[in-house]
Amino acid sequence: MNAGLQYGLYLVLLVVLAWPLGKYLFKVMNGDRVLLSPVLHPLEKGIYRLLRIDENEDMGWKRYAIVCVLFNLFGFLALWAMQKLQSVLPLNPEGMPGTSWHLGFNTAASFMTNTNWQAYSGETTLSYFTQMLGLCVQNCVSPAVGIAVMFALIRGLARVRKHGVGFFYTDMVRSVVYVLMPLALVLAMVQTSQGVIQNFSGHVEYQLLEPVTASVETELDDGTTVTREVEVTKGYIPMGPASSQIAIKQLGTNGGGYNGLNSAHPLENPTPLSNLGEMLALLLIPAACCFAFGYGVKDKKQGVAIFLAMFILLVAAVGFGALSEHAGTPQLAQGGAVANPVNMEGKETRFGIPTSVTWATWTTAASNGSVNSMHDSYTPLGGLVPMLLMQLGEVVFGGVGCGLYGMIGFVILTVFIVGLMVGHTPEYLGKKIEAREMKMAVLVCLATPVACLIGAGIACMLPSTVESLNNAGAHGFSEVLYAYSSGAGNNGSAFAGFNANTPFLNVSIGLVMIFVRFVPMLATLAIAGSMVEKKRIAESAGTLSTSNGMFVFLLIFIVLLVGALSFFPALALGPIAEHFLMLG
Amino acid sequence: MKTFNMAGKALAFLLVMTLLCGVVYPLVTTGFAQLFFHKQANGDLIVIDGVNYGSEHIGQQFTQMNHLWGRPMSVDTESFTDEAGNPLAYGWASNKSPAGDEQEAVYAQRVAAIRAAHPEMGVTPVPVDLITESGSGLDPEISPEAAEYQVKRIAANTDWTEDEVREIIARYTTGRLLGIFGEPRVNVLKVNLALDGILKE
Repeated sequence: MNAGLQYGLYLVLLVVLAWPLGKYLFKVMNGDRVLLSPVLHPLEKGIYRLLRIDENEDMGWKRYAIVCVLFNLFGFLALWAMQKLQSVLPLNPEGMPGTSWHLGFNTAASFMTNTNWQAYSGETTLSYFTQMLGLCVQNCVSPAVGIAVMFALIRGLARVRKHGVGFFYTDMVRSVVYVLMPLALVLAMVQTSQGVIQNFSGHVEYQLLEPVTASVETELDDGTTVTREVEVTKGYIPMGPASSQIAIKQLGTNGGGYNGLNSAHPLENPTPLSNLGEMLALLLIPAACCFAFGYGVKDKKQGVAIFLAMFILLVAAVGFGALSEHAGTPQLAQGGAVANPVNMEGKETRFGIPTSVTWATWTTAASNGSVNSMHDSYTPLGGLVPMLLMQLGEVVFGGVGCGLYGMIGFVILTVFIVGLMVGHTPEYLGKKIEAREMKMAVLVCLATPVACLIGAGIACMLPSTVESLNNAGAHGFSEVLYAYSSGAGNNGSAFAGFNANTPFLNVSIGLVMIFVRFVPMLATLAIAGSMVEKKRIAESAGTLSTSNGMFVFLLIFIVLLVGALSFFPALALGPIAEHFLMLG
Repeated sequence: MKTFNMAGKALAFLLVMTLLCGVVYPLVTTGFAQLFFHKQANGDLIVIDGVNYGSEHIGQQFTQMNHLWGRPMSVDTESFTDEAGNPLAYGWASNKSPAGDEQEAVYAQRVAAIRAAHPEMGVTPVPVDLITESGSGLDPEISPEAAEYQVKRIAANTDWTEDEVREIIARYTTGRLLGIFGEPRVNVLKVNLALDGILKE
């Protein structure tokens, strides 16, 4: 009873908050006055003056794309260098050494592409400098890039017979200054009031109430090692500027934890209230993007239709995952010796099943990837849900901005397929869909399956991959498939038992992340560029409505069709096989 | 705009964003956090008579008969050391599938160990949170059911009566947020500090 209420209310709160934010986002990106303008307008203007930017400039899609790629390239190189050099940079109280070249490459690619896959644990690897000036910055700008490209597409659809699709710098500045920063500041305060750390102290050592024993190996002078039992009397607590980074990683569909265990870590997410804030932040902006799209193309119903398609898929995913996790496994039930054997492996007491499953579904529906429970320890079918949501190409809300433009790829595919069936030239929002847009839409839709399956396929053929596994058999295969699905969805969550910090995995997953970020992004800008030049054609009797229930159904059908055709064989070998093995 | 100028502007923009998002934003957050939520922003440490007993949010391993036990932990003593090189305790998740043969044996063993330590509970089913590892490996809490399961054992191994133990547990039990969100839970460290007579509030 309570569980149902939690699942339901989380969804209701999301919709209630996302609608007004969508309107706000549209007004901000349009340059209109908003509530926060008196405070933030001077800051926005100041940035333009500092950079000698003329805010009325307009860019064609090619220049927009070049500037966007250049900005990302510099961010990537800066982050890579920062990790390598962190030992000589300030704010390093734990004395962290520079990371390996391949881990640095992977992490830089990961944060630049809004994936935030982590082959490391923050508390054992990174200095406060790298976390703040490297990761936190990419956490802010990578979602802003998503919003910018989405609005370039919106302008491409809304403008008629024009050339420009907007100005990259104003799009970036407005989304960071008016949307991401204020929301992050509020969320960081809510979190910290609950016990999320935010300081610059070094780690804290404390007195254990019960000492534990550990075996320590010491090397003697003659080169032999002896193992001795040591009484451990003290415990370790990581510190640092965590809350600021956690707030933006939740809001910006980034998801890279300050600590290795992400938002399951009690100092990253200590109470149901901090969890409520962080969890709503997972989907808040991606959902708002749907409504902002409706305002942007001057037809609110178009935004609502896309929102509904996504929302229906989300509700189905939550329901399916919930059933599986509440049911638990026979292995856990121990023939009746365990009371109420829901699957609590890898879940925190304060969150229980409903709050954990909701988070797991939302974080993979959004391309966020932060976790408050360990997906590796989900039941086979419970773990299939997050994996499938990533494999669908992160279009069930997806990443900030990029989830929406990814879904527009599927919308174009849908109107094309339906157009073929009824023998009518496909059109969307009064503009003809022609060969060029179709080619680009296919790139958007197929980037994820191609990158995921090729990557995972190669990894599975390498004998060394076996050494990275934490579980045997079908579940071991799921760990590999999950890793590449996560990279190929720009998600970043993991079956975290999998040790991905090897040269091959770091480089290959890094390349996958870059491929699936930039191929759809550039294809989207190309679509925007060709659409913006087209004239608007009048609606006729043969025009397919893209805002009614029929279209919502068709869109869901196409998304599932592409996903199922691409991934069913792989899923059958992983979670589905494990499910039947579990039943014995 | 020439390509060179475009690159220069993109680089300058990155620097401005780094300043805004990487310096100003975290510093402003830290300032507010330290001003308004000083204790929370520094880890909610429980310091009594000059001894730091840890954070109320960070779980510790308890196996003694006079203490309340928390979630099973794989205590990590290898990742961190103090300045003298002595190992420090920390925790991580198991990341094990609950559907495998390996975990089936682990669960069976935990059920047997808990039943052996609680003979007074007979064949009462064991609460699931006492045999599963948490998501963080540092879960500071257990369900009220899991605490109740241990009351008789704690009373038998301390000077407290069963009702006194229940009273202490109730003192450190938190309900759902607004009666709806999250789950009811008992803070294990605080209960044990109270059982030991260290924490009095």
